[in-house]
Amino acid sequence: MAASVPMTNGVTQVRIAGFGGQGVILTGMLLGKAASLYDGKEAVFTQSYGPEARGGASSADVVISSDPVDYPLVTNPDILVALFQEAYVRFRPLLREGGMLIVDDELVHPDAGETGMHAIPATRMAEALGRRIVANVVVFGYLVGKTGVISRDAAIKAIESTVKPKTYQLNLDAFSAGYERARGDRVS
Amino acid sequence: MGADAKVAGSTRLMVGEHFMLGDHACAEGALAAGLDFFAGYPITPSTEICERLAHRLPQVGGRFVQMEDELGSIAAILGASAAGARSLTATSGPGFSLMMENIGLAVMMEIPCVIVDVMRGSPSTGLPTLVGQGDVFQARWGSHGDYSIVAFSPSSPQECFDLTIRAFNVADQLRIPVFLLMDETIGHMTERVVIPPAAQIPRTPRKRPTHAPGEKLFLPFKADSDLIPPMAHAGEGYNVHFTGLTHDERGYPALNAQAHEELVMRLSQKVSAHASEVTLVEEVNLEDAEVVVVAFGCTARSARRAVNLARQRGIKAGLLRVITLWPFPEEQVRRLAGSGRVKRFIVPEINLGQVCREVERLTSLPVDRINRAGGAMISPQSIVEVIAA
Repeated sequence: MAASVPMTNGVTQVRIAGFGGQGVILTGMLLGKAASLYDGKEAVFTQSYGPEARGGASSADVVISSDPVDYPLVTNPDILVALFQEAYVRFRPLLREGGMLIVDDELVHPDAGETGMHAIPATRMAEALGRRIVANVVVFGYLVGKTGVISRDAAIKAIESTVKPKTYQLNLDAFSAGYERARGDRVS
Repeated sequence: MGADAKVAGSTRLMVGEHFMLGDHACAEGALAAGLDFFAGYPITPSTEICERLAHRLPQVGGRFVQMEDELGSIAAILGASAAGARSLTATSGPGFSLMMENIGLAVMMEIPCVIVDVMRGSPSTGLPTLVGQGDVFQARWGSHGDYSIVAFSPSSPQECFDLTIRAFNVADQLRIPVFLLMDETIGHMTERVVIPPAAQIPRTPRKRPTHAPGEKLFLPFKADSDLIPPMAHAGEGYNVHFTGLTHDERGYPALNAQAHEELVMRLSQKVSAHASEVTLVEEVNLEDAEVVVVAFGCTARSARRAVNLARQRGIKAGLLRVITLWPFPEEQVRRLAGSGRVKRFIVPEINLGQVCREVERLTSLPVDRINRAGGAMISPQSIVEVIAA
């Protein structure tokens, strides 16, 4: 079971960072949409939009709160999802103390002193489902299962209303794989 | 179309709740307002408005044209509007600069249109992908000569939708160009947007001639008591002469001081006469405020947080959020300045000091400036520090 939802003063800041093509933008969109439209919360989604985001790093930021979100940007994430090494190196120092770190442990090799990290071999799990491209949705499922920042129902509604109908089942399977892994998982 | 693969098909009005990008909300607001014609040249950070309308507008019977540049874009929307179409263009600072000459033409010919400027770091090409708020005075004074326009500044995707509709209504009511001064942060932010049913979307119709086409007595630039002349559209059979030259009530050039005085005064006064109807602000915790933060666009979101943080520390701070940048909400600032309770104003903005000049000329109280050249939002903490100082 997930413990309490990571947050600071009632606000949860989430950064999902990967490289172009991993689908981090869609993941951020799904998370914000689920919170905002299907979970009765307030949410703002932004994406890094500078030259440094081209041809490599890509990150999606979501701020979730039960109250209206005023400042829309992520400063110190309560939850950091790092899907490649550079994202881990770059954003790990910003993670709030006591915040939650989630990585694809086949793509990220954390520092020796890293403790309390949550690892999921999302890309390999997606390959097992037949499509590497849904690794981001496996991560989304894991994130939801592990943190409880949004409900499972809201997440599934967001997937259903966003992805193309012919890919819905695949995405749902990917979400479920990640979600169930989180629910049966322990801190590594 | 970004990450959202499901964009509505042939429905003009996407009634319901959406998790929507600010730029897209602006485009949807234009569609809700009955947009007929868009001409534009894509430029970051307004490109998503263009993209969305390229996809959506033709599906609902409108025309989308990607022009050769911004000079062509503004010229095209003036022509379309003169023929009766609700017309829009969207750009950012560099394109806005190129449009200035024909914005003056729109003012002089009294052609309604809406121009969106999603502000980025400036001057020149500056910071294409990063936020700025430096076009406030350009929107007011960018074209040559004296004239008045209306400019709105949204602070959320929902307001991008709502204010785009309002911009069309004000443009048609006053026969002027109306600006939506968005900023990159708001344009590229995704948040809940509620699109109401058609019955709840107001539409102000253009005032139209009561004369039939061809009637000798029709004077196309003769204003009524509200200082606004009814508008005859091209192609309806009226003999209407449109010119950027100073003209008389017939629309014919009248190149003398008296005609110029009458025309330029009316063009300016028709906006000031309706200022109270179009000047929008949001007041947050102002009832007992001793320190008033005046902010707009994305900076108003930082200011809201700052005011709340200051209140938690026992400081009586409030926020005057400027929604209508032009005409500037003079009355609201004067009232606060004259309350006897307010001790000082603080104006944070992502430019080197523009809106603060407006506040300064309206009060003798201290006005503290917080300025950044652009590229990043002003943090709530930096505003709190000035509030607490």
